[in-house]
Amino acid sequence: MKQHPQKKVRTDLNPSRLLTFKIDERDVSAHEDESILTVARQNGISIPTLCHLDGLSERGACRLCIIEVKGVAKLLPSCVTFPRQDMEVITNSERVVTYRKKILELLFTERNHVCSVCVSNGHCELQNLAVELGVTHVRYPYLYPRHAVDASHSRFSIDHNRCVLCLRCVRVCDEIEGAHTWDIMGRGITSQVITDLNQPWGTSETCTGCGKCVQVCPTGALSEKGKSVAEMIKRRQFLPYLQMMRGRQDDSWQK
Amino acid sequence: MKEQVPNPGNTPPASSKPAEDHRLRMVNRTMQLYRNQSHALIETLHTVQESFGFLEEGVLKYVAATLRVPLSRVYAVATFYHSFTLKPPGEHTCVICRGTACYIGGSGEILDDIREKVGIVSGETTPDGQVSLLVARCLGSCGLAPAGVFDGEVTGKLSPEVVLEKIGRWQTHDPQ
Amino acid sequence: MTLNSEDLHQIAKIEKDKQDGFQHRIHVCVAAGCLSCGSGVLMDALGKEVNRRGLDNWCQIKGVGCLGLCAEGPLISLATSGTYYQGVKVSDVSDILDALGGNPVGRLLCPADTAFFKRQVRIVTENCGRIDPERIEEYIAESGYESLYLALTQMTPPEVIEQVTRSGLRGRGGAGYPTGLKWTTVSKAISSTKFIICNADEGDPGAFMDRSVLESDPHRVIEGMAIAGYATGASQGYIYVRAEYPLAVKRVRLALAQAERLGVLGNNIFNTHFNFTIKVRLGAGAFVCGEETALIASIEGRMGRPRPRPPFPAEFGLWEHPTLINNVETFANVPPIIRKGGKWFAGIGTEKSKGTKVFALAGKIVNTGLIEIPMGTPLRDIVFAIGGGIPGGKGFKAVQTGGPSGGCIPEQFLDMPVDYDSLLQVGSIMGSGGMIVMDETSCMVDVAKFFMEFCMSESCGKCAPCRVGTRQIYDILCRITGNQSTPEDLAMLEDLCDLMKNTSLCGLGQSAPNPVLTTLKYFRDEYLSHIHDRTCLAGACKTVVEVS
Repeated sequence: MKQHPQKKVRTDLNPSRLLTFKIDERDVSAHEDESILTVARQNGISIPTLCHLDGLSERGACRLCIIEVKGVAKLLPSCVTFPRQDMEVITNSERVVTYRKKILELLFTERNHVCSVCVSNGHCELQNLAVELGVTHVRYPYLYPRHAVDASHSRFSIDHNRCVLCLRCVRVCDEIEGAHTWDIMGRGITSQVITDLNQPWGTSETCTGCGKCVQVCPTGALSEKGKSVAEMIKRRQFLPYLQMMRGRQDDSWQK
Repeated sequence: MKEQVPNPGNTPPASSKPAEDHRLRMVNRTMQLYRNQSHALIETLHTVQESFGFLEEGVLKYVAATLRVPLSRVYAVATFYHSFTLKPPGEHTCVICRGTACYIGGSGEILDDIREKVGIVSGETTPDGQVSLLVARCLGSCGLAPAGVFDGEVTGKLSPEVVLEKIGRWQTHDPQ
Repeated sequence: MTLNSEDLHQIAKIEKDKQDGFQHRIHVCVAAGCLSCGSGVLMDALGKEVNRRGLDNWCQIKGVGCLGLCAEGPLISLATSGTYYQGVKVSDVSDILDALGGNPVGRLLCPADTAFFKRQVRIVTENCGRIDPERIEEYIAESGYESLYLALTQMTPPEVIEQVTRSGLRGRGGAGYPTGLKWTTVSKAISSTKFIICNADEGDPGAFMDRSVLESDPHRVIEGMAIAGYATGASQGYIYVRAEYPLAVKRVRLALAQAERLGVLGNNIFNTHFNFTIKVRLGAGAFVCGEETALIASIEGRMGRPRPRPPFPAEFGLWEHPTLINNVETFANVPPIIRKGGKWFAGIGTEKSKGTKVFALAGKIVNTGLIEIPMGTPLRDIVFAIGGGIPGGKGFKAVQTGGPSGGCIPEQFLDMPVDYDSLLQVGSIMGSGGMIVMDETSCMVDVAKFFMEFCMSESCGKCAPCRVGTRQIYDILCRITGNQSTPEDLAMLEDLCDLMKNTSLCGLGQSAPNPVLTTLKYFRDEYLSHIHDRTCLAGACKTVVEVS
């Protein structure tokens, strides 16, 4: 039976080729297939991110990691932009920082993020980003949408009011756990993450209850039951390890 | 190789009505045409929509199992595209175009009038189950703005009166 | 079955002789526009009447593609005398037949010597309204598939690309990327599998050029795709067409079946080693699928969400293989370029925009319909000479090009030549070719709101600036038209537009603010009067008027 063509990897990026370029006036070196974000972090230069998570595929969607490249008019997302020889990258120009702030403010207006009653208060990536970027107030009106809380699962619950649609849960469930219980329904501002056929999480037949989605969620949208305000601390050490174990080519450990 | 893996969910939804079997056959035919490959999902959903009138949950499960697509992905695709509906449609469907030319030509007023006089907005069906109202992005009949489709028949140069009369006749089962 | 050049000529000759055998040929437009005003019934009536009078061998009744003047449908044309009739009803049938050979029926006459017909230069639409789109023989009689034969038997792939490059053809989907360059990139990509995709997901509200071409002359697009396949080394093509165009889908499928039966698609086309097949894929109602990476996702059976580029589809496209994506009109331009040479094509149009462009004229204009004009035609000529001006003696206000990604062009720029670069300069884009004319009764804030509502509901929701930004901008525009705005709203509007333009992921988000930005620039007084005086200068926004 004919399968559709085999997937190919990005062959235009050579992992063994080394190049040098500049980030914020600093000379850095990198392999051709390392994203600018990776290289920046290796060199202790921080770029804010939300949808990015080490160990998961890149989406380039939150737009918080945008950077300026000299000679390029457009702002580029550093998580999916790869360095070129002698490229000059600026990660903290005023232009970029202002846009990041505004995007973050938009995210705050989109759903109902009330830190004081949130399980993740103090351990929330959205909150940390606001502190890091110095967002003290939100200039745009809040949209106050009505979203439900689904607590039908025996151990976890999801509060759509706190979701930022980073889709880490969708990716970890598909790429690491291999269940693909999560996906995203609808489009635009009405998008929402769902389990199976948009049914209560507890009734999902495909969910293995592994809880990986809960651990990768940047906010309090996905949390463990029984946790009170500010008690939900996410553990993600498993992610790079599982990615390595599940991505390996040979079965050497079974021999 | 992949095809030999057992696929427990792959049983057609039980149905008592023979008509349903015929509709399911259409769906099966589409899937077979694409050799049950997962990228046939949208084409298959088109067939389901065509033969069932909407995307029924049981059929969605069957399609997901046959094409080996996760359930949540099927639902995601079904809700991403505006052509698909998850609710059964009314006896008759009225589609009003809201493309630029039709909007400039007054299709907004037609929709306002339907909302006021008939009491339904886009995506809804009248309580008697007779008429469903849908809004199209552009029918491509911009030369005839404002345009609409009444039970599959494209009609141009509409006015609120014409549309309301048509809907009224459907609701009162008046043939012409 | 394989064809050769003699076979093609033979088919063309038989077809031509057959047509010459008729004293009169009546062409009835059966494109979607005229069909919806009853041209199908009209054609049946004509056929029956001819049959009843026993004139079957004397007068031919033929369904053809779009005749252009959609507003006056149903249209028929008498191919032998060059007469056009408009607004024809079934009751007019016998009068029309009586008048054949004599004086035409005065009350139905459509003036054919007006600028609407005379100013047009037909390349893409040369066969529209002249051939029966459901018969491949008629296309072949009009030199159809000759270019493919020429390319396959007498040209190397680089020579084909050379001609396309020389022609200066730019992508007709809107952005205007040089077609020759795109073809070169795909042909240089190293892969045993490559794809050609024809983008017929014409999502712009107010544009119907692609639909008309597919309905009137589907074989032209198929031939263009096959030539592209040969030039780039692809053997598989997809036509991604909107499901909202059932007639176009039907005719394309029919055309593909006919082309396969004749052997102009399939294996060893024209006895060469070139194989090419085309499949149809239906869109499902998502404007964002016009974006090439979203379109690819949709063909692969996923949600049509764009992904960041690079890598570009020319290197990593459908199923990660090099993929060439061009618009319907771009492919339709290819056969004449190959047949007549790139130099001939480059002789038409302006310095940087070559050839012609098909526009769909709609809105507040007398001659709504489809026109094809050389690039560089001044906007004033399009609206007033060809379009016939504004109906009802009202004043012109603006013309909107490029759909939700384009802008509104005010009167002061009416003498601007229409080409890619001039449009960009005034803040709009060429787009796929929708041209909506607005008169003084249209409120520009309301128009901006209409487009923002469109972008909001068509936003895929992947990136935050577009997902939330469109909603925030829409809310502000609602406040302005609904009499609840404050002066601060205007600043916030500009701020959000700038944010979306610079940080959105794909073209949809980056260009969504264009209608707002251009109206803010050219019709700022309308915004200000809504905000400060609570009045709508055009008298269109009801709530505002009532309060004042």
